[in-house]
Amino acid sequence: MGTANNLTPSNHATMGRAGMHELGIATSILEHVQAEAQRHPGRRISKVGVKIGELSGVDRDALQFGFEVLVKDTEWEPLVLEMEYVPRMQRCSKCACEFRMEDFDPHCPRCGEFSTQCISGEELDIAYMEVET
Amino acid sequence: MNRIAVEKKVLNENQVLAEQLRERYRRLGILCVNLISAPGSGKTALLERTLERMDRSTRVAVLTGDLQTENDAQRLAKFEFPVKQITTGGTCHLDAKLIGKHLEDWKLEDLDLLIVENVGNLVCPSSYDLGEDAKIVLLSTTEGEDKPLKYPSIFFKSELMLLTKIDLLPYVPFSAEVARENARRVHPGMEIIDVSNTTGEGLDRWMGWLAARQEKAKSKLESVGT
Repeated sequence: MGTANNLTPSNHATMGRAGMHELGIATSILEHVQAEAQRHPGRRISKVGVKIGELSGVDRDALQFGFEVLVKDTEWEPLVLEMEYVPRMQRCSKCACEFRMEDFDPHCPRCGEFSTQCISGEELDIAYMEVET
Repeated sequence: MNRIAVEKKVLNENQVLAEQLRERYRRLGILCVNLISAPGSGKTALLERTLERMDRSTRVAVLTGDLQTENDAQRLAKFEFPVKQITTGGTCHLDAKLIGKHLEDWKLEDLDLLIVENVGNLVCPSSYDLGEDAKIVLLSTTEGEDKPLKYPSIFFKSELMLLTKIDLLPYVPFSAEVARENARRVHPGMEIIDVSNTTGEGLDRWMGWLAARQEKAKSKLESVGT
C-alpha cells in the first residue's frame, strides 16, 4: 500500500487545525485512494465515499478539513470526499423491532424492552470511489 | 464516471495488524487490556497500585504511551516488572503497528498479562484496535458525569469502566450514580467498578476482574490445545 507522502510544507503547517485524529483518518483514506488508483493506470479518481458511524468518534467537519488540507496542491487534487453519516440503530431482542437510538435511550419504542443490540453506527468504512473514464 | 464499490475499513491496515497481535496473544494464552481515559484520570496511578498488588509469579508487562517523556515508565519501573515507554511524539493515540514494534524484543511466551496504557485521550484511542481482549475506560470523580454522553464511542467500546478517585466523592460535585447511569445509557450492561488509588477501595474487585479474565484467556488456550 502506498503512503500519503505527497505532503508539502504548507500542508504540514495547517494540519494542526484539523486535529491529529481526523488527520490520521484522512491520511488512511488517501492511502486507500492511492492503492485503488494503482489498479486503474492512466485514470484519475475524482471522488471517495466513506461511511461515518455515529459511534465512530470521528468529527466530520474536522475530517473534511483534514482531507482537503492533505490533498491540496498534490497530484490527487481535485478529489472530493463524500461522507455518509450512519446513525446508531438498535434491534430489540424481544420483538426484533429496529429503531434509531435517540438520546441514548435503548428502550424499544414498540414493546418497551430494555435489552436491545446495537446493529449499526460503528462504521468507519470506505464505501466507493469514482474513477474518471 | 465509473463508480466502484470498495467496502473496506478505513483503518483496515491497523485492523489487520491488530488481528495478528490478537491471534498471537490467543495462541499464548496472554490477556491484553487497553487502558483508556482522559489525561489525569489515574491510569498510571492505577497501574502502580496494580503492579504493587500483583503476585510476583504473575508474568505481567506494561506498555505505556505518552506524547512525550519517559516519566510513566520510570514511575512503574520500581515494581520490577518489564515496562516500556512508547512516546508517540505528538500523535494522540497508540496503534497496532507501534505495539508490534515495541513488543519485538520481548519474549511473548514469557508473558501472562500485557497491560497497555494508552495516551490520555477519550477520542482517538477508540478508533484504533490494538489487538486487546478488552478496552477499559477510566472516568474520575473530578471530571463531568456526562463524559459518557460526550464521548460515547469509547464508553460503548469498553467492556469495563473504572470510576476512579472515588475517595474524593465527599468533596466534589459529582454524582457517581448519574455517571454510572450515563455510562449504561451508552453501553447497557457495562461492568463498572468504583476504585480509589489512594485508599485502595475497590482495588480487590479490580484485581479479581483481571484474574478472572486471565483465567479465561488461559482456559481458551487449554481448550484449543497448544
